Amino acid sequence: MASIPDPSSEPFRLGQLIYDRRYRSMTIQVFAFIMIMAFLWQLGWNTVQNLSALGKDFNFGFLGSRAGYDINQRLIEYSNDSTHGRAAIIGILNTLLVAFLGCILATIIGVIAGVLRLSKNWIVARLMTVYVEGFRNVPLLLWILVIFAVMTEATPQPRDFREGGDASMMLFDSIAITNRGIFIPSPIWGEGSTLLVAVFVASLVAIWAFRRYARKKQEATGQILPVFWVSLTLFFVPSVIFYFILGGPVTLRLPELGGFNFTGGLQVRNSLIALWFALSLYTGAFIAEIVRSGILAVSRGQTEAAYALGLRPNRTMNLVILPQALRVIIPPLISQYLNLTKNSSLAIAVGYMDVRSTLGGITINQTGRELEGMLLLGVFYLVTSLIISGVMNLYNNAVKLKER
Amino acid sequence: MAHSAKSSVSYVRTEMLPEQAPPVSESGLVKWVRENLFSGPLNTILTVLSLLAIYWVVSHVFQWFAYGIWTANSLSECREVRNALYADGRNVACWAVLSERWNQLLFGFYPAEAYWRPVVALIVFFIAVAPVMFNFGGRKLAIFSAVSPFICYWLLWGGSIWGPILTALGFVLAWLAYGQITRKFGALAGIVATILVPLIYWRFGVAPLTGLVDGILPIGIENIQSKDFGGFMLALIIGITGIVLSLPLGILLALGRQSDLFIINKFSVIFIEVIRGVPLIVWLFTASLLLNYFLPPGTNFDLMLRVIIMVTLFAAAYMAEVVRGGLAALPLGQYEGADSLGLDYWQSMRLIILPQALKISIPGIVNTFIGLFKDTTLVVFIGLLDPIGLSNAIRATTEWNGIYWELFIFIGLCFFVFCYAMSRYSQYLERKLATDRH
Amino acid sequence: MKKSVVLATLAVAGMAAGMSQASTLDEVKARGSLNCGVTTGLTGFAEPNASGVWEGFDVAVCRAVAAAVFGDPMAVEFVPTTGQTRFTALASGEVDMLARNTTWTFSRDVDLKFEFVGVNYYDGQGFMVPASLGVSSALELDGATVCIQTGTTTELNLADFFASNNMSYEPVPIETNAEAQQQYLANACDVYTTDASGLAATRATFEDPSAHVVLPEIVSKEPLGPLVRHGDHEWGDIVRWSLNALIAAEEMGITSANVAELAAAPGNNPEINRILGTEGDLGAMLGLEANWAVNVISAGGNYGEIFDRNIGESTPIGLARGLNAQWTDGGLLYSPPFR
Repeated sequence: MASIPDPSSEPFRLGQLIYDRRYRSMTIQVFAFIMIMAFLWQLGWNTVQNLSALGKDFNFGFLGSRAGYDINQRLIEYSNDSTHGRAAIIGILNTLLVAFLGCILATIIGVIAGVLRLSKNWIVARLMTVYVEGFRNVPLLLWILVIFAVMTEATPQPRDFREGGDASMMLFDSIAITNRGIFIPSPIWGEGSTLLVAVFVASLVAIWAFRRYARKKQEATGQILPVFWVSLTLFFVPSVIFYFILGGPVTLRLPELGGFNFTGGLQVRNSLIALWFALSLYTGAFIAEIVRSGILAVSRGQTEAAYALGLRPNRTMNLVILPQALRVIIPPLISQYLNLTKNSSLAIAVGYMDVRSTLGGITINQTGRELEGMLLLGVFYLVTSLIISGVMNLYNNAVKLKER
Repeated sequence: MAHSAKSSVSYVRTEMLPEQAPPVSESGLVKWVRENLFSGPLNTILTVLSLLAIYWVVSHVFQWFAYGIWTANSLSECREVRNALYADGRNVACWAVLSERWNQLLFGFYPAEAYWRPVVALIVFFIAVAPVMFNFGGRKLAIFSAVSPFICYWLLWGGSIWGPILTALGFVLAWLAYGQITRKFGALAGIVATILVPLIYWRFGVAPLTGLVDGILPIGIENIQSKDFGGFMLALIIGITGIVLSLPLGILLALGRQSDLFIINKFSVIFIEVIRGVPLIVWLFTASLLLNYFLPPGTNFDLMLRVIIMVTLFAAAYMAEVVRGGLAALPLGQYEGADSLGLDYWQSMRLIILPQALKISIPGIVNTFIGLFKDTTLVVFIGLLDPIGLSNAIRATTEWNGIYWELFIFIGLCFFVFCYAMSRYSQYLERKLATDRH
Repeated sequence: MKKSVVLATLAVAGMAAGMSQASTLDEVKARGSLNCGVTTGLTGFAEPNASGVWEGFDVAVCRAVAAAVFGDPMAVEFVPTTGQTRFTALASGEVDMLARNTTWTFSRDVDLKFEFVGVNYYDGQGFMVPASLGVSSALELDGATVCIQTGTTTELNLADFFASNNMSYEPVPIETNAEAQQQYLANACDVYTTDASGLAATRATFEDPSAHVVLPEIVSKEPLGPLVRHGDHEWGDIVRWSLNALIAAEEMGITSANVAELAAAPGNNPEINRILGTEGDLGAMLGLEANWAVNVISAGGNYGEIFDRNIGESTPIGLARGLNAQWTDGGLLYSPPFR
């Protein structure tokens, strides 16, 4: 009994910090911590030294001073008398806008291209291969520049819309595609439009409630309700009825040619469209590969089993293949969305005023506040990335295979 | 019966008919076209649309592309040649800019008589990675791989051969120090010595020694400054150096992220997420605008080196995730097996886990490399003359101002060839690895 | 420890540059070459030719300074900088001077802590429009779409000009001149605005230059000049007087052709003698050789020769001297006396 010495009764020796496994990990961590802190301290100290040597200070006061430059695309009010801070916010909104639009279009393109790449149609499959390989193997920057240039070369100039020009507007003179962007009608919110919006929102809620009810019912009784048609009706009918009851509270302002350019309506600028398309096509090529491998990952037996159960092809796709493929698809899809958001910082190449061009570009250049500006910029991108990956991970957890 | 059947039933054929050709609609081209292109209404529509799209692109681009002018000294000369050749005033490409400036797009301002050096360096690099990439060679080639970075450095930047040799000697010293001091004073002293000896040697020993040896036996080639580097050479150097240097760092970060040690784990996670959460272009601006703030006052080194450092850190974060994927893909039994053999952490990592994990990570590493290589085009925004930067510089000359598409097409084609080859290789590897596992 | 790690890395890489505490002149001399920040490419001002040698009007200033310091105009390392990176490159000591058509403004001089040593080109922001638009004055541009290059003073001037004339406009910011040019030619913008010299250079390369007009209004003052860091006045003096030597040489009639002859022996014009170092010791005061200005002038000729060779009327760019003529010819070039 007494032959086993109690380890704790031994006196503590300094050597144990290194040779005893119980203490060694602590030693390593403390050592690493000290090294990291020393490194960070060194960075901070250097920065202070360098700043004082240059006679600069570290403050964010420049965000409150007058910006002095104009931004063409602004989602909120802004003029050159606004502050640098507001210019940064405009940039942030523009970044988020193009990232949001890009993620949607990239998903659509990616899914279509991925499915078509598996098509039995030889020419279509080949074309999609060319598309995917072409976009995946050439730098995005090049594609952005090329698409921007193609768009300005291939579309008519506003001048061509005049008498005798060879271009004309589309859809009852409501849309004009020019090399400065696409002009679409803008809504004018009249009296009673609030009610109309409320009705529309209410119908959306009704669609959601009906879908929930239909699913419950199907699970309980097996009866399948015509969800699609009911949703479609709910979506359009109440809003249209109320639109006429209220006497057309929302009217459209059509773009018209005046002076140098179209006026009125909304201008979706070429820089936005080019960046949006380029980002979507580029990311879409990657998503196509993800979708393709996701579909291939679902074994053929699953399809056959579903057919054997008597499921029709579209139900097989919706109920059997897609839910399984999604599990493979979603994790890499998240990182593609993140890439797209980060790649939107290439907006500078086509003069789209995103946060990199306003805060990280002109503002830094005019004020000479590169340290503060870059810091804000980095924090913005980091927070955005973390939010996107957080939200998508939540979704991923919801759909992933529950292992028990 | 058999006999009677043959003789008596006269309406039954006695010999096989020769095989008939299948109907036209079921054979050859027609069948292929029908099955592959027009097998249903949807497919027919898709085929017609695709053909229209191809026709549209070809009809718009072909003439411009094929009738391009290859010999001229300036854009205006190009236009004169075109007007002389084609009376209809058609729009054609002016490829002459490529025949005059291709060397700049590939090598930047690297002296023309030294073009062989980057080419040889690239070949050396490929030979060096061959053991890893194609699984041949063996120990002798592995030694070559270890020396190859110094050879490449010397080839690219030139100067005295003794600088790289004596610098490489530092690693030998480290190895010797590890062996000797561990034996005499124990493991801890050995590790400390392994880190300190080469550092002291590099800091105080290399420069005077190089001067000394070079004085006695001057061997060297012309020194070329990194300001002369440009074009695809620059993109390749940044991309390859970034990947090679980021590999060890990425492995450490991946191990750190898997580690139970709280501080190391959290530090790795924060580092990886911060680097990955911010676009490369922001990091490049940091390298160009801010790195000088973070370094000790007075230190200052050239932009290309700063970019390489930043790109290395950036790639390390991505590499860490790739390696982590490889680590996660290993069955738990491998870890447990290593433990049961009584190996300590580093031994089990070095001998059991990492060799397997890295092997399955190679396709991911190659993909990271492709991404990084494409992303090197972003250095144009901080004024380095990569292919796109050079295309701007070429357009700034009076001769070629106004030329646009030709340069982009050439650059895009070069990138495509390189990246496509790499991605084919990575696919080949994935297939090979997939069969290995069964 | 950390510092030594960084330094060791530098030693390994063999690329360590000097310490910026030392005087810039000593540093440049020790290095054996001048680091000069230029644009990544601007027609007529800085452009690498087919063999990779930089040429242009701004480049000539760098070469003149290198000639003053080393007697060798080729002892220059050109560091291409963008509109965004140029000031940091100078502030951090990556380049010794910036000759990058940079406008001398109050805030750059005072707030960003740089020292403009003079003006080598008096420019101003102008507008170019297609002749078919029928516009004859910038005041008729209300509502126009305007292509501008970002990262310069241009966008601020543009905002000020349109605001003060109560006009609206749609800015299309573009990163590089090449893209702006392509957009303008495709008529994605009605107007292209940049410095008048840039407009002339761009217009010269169009297939049909006569289809485009540069409007008469010049909406800003853009004195472009070389600059150095605040604080090292000796270095600033060298750059300043190298530039002045170029300007004074033209005024005095010293050219690359006759400079050797004039420098051989003191002549009868005392100022020429002082410039060329045959009299007095101006070179020693700058810490340079006595014949520094001879080197400056023989490097690429005097100001007028440099102008004519790179952007003058005989080149495709075809700029007239205008404001950049000597004060004796009604221009603004006026070198302080060499005395």
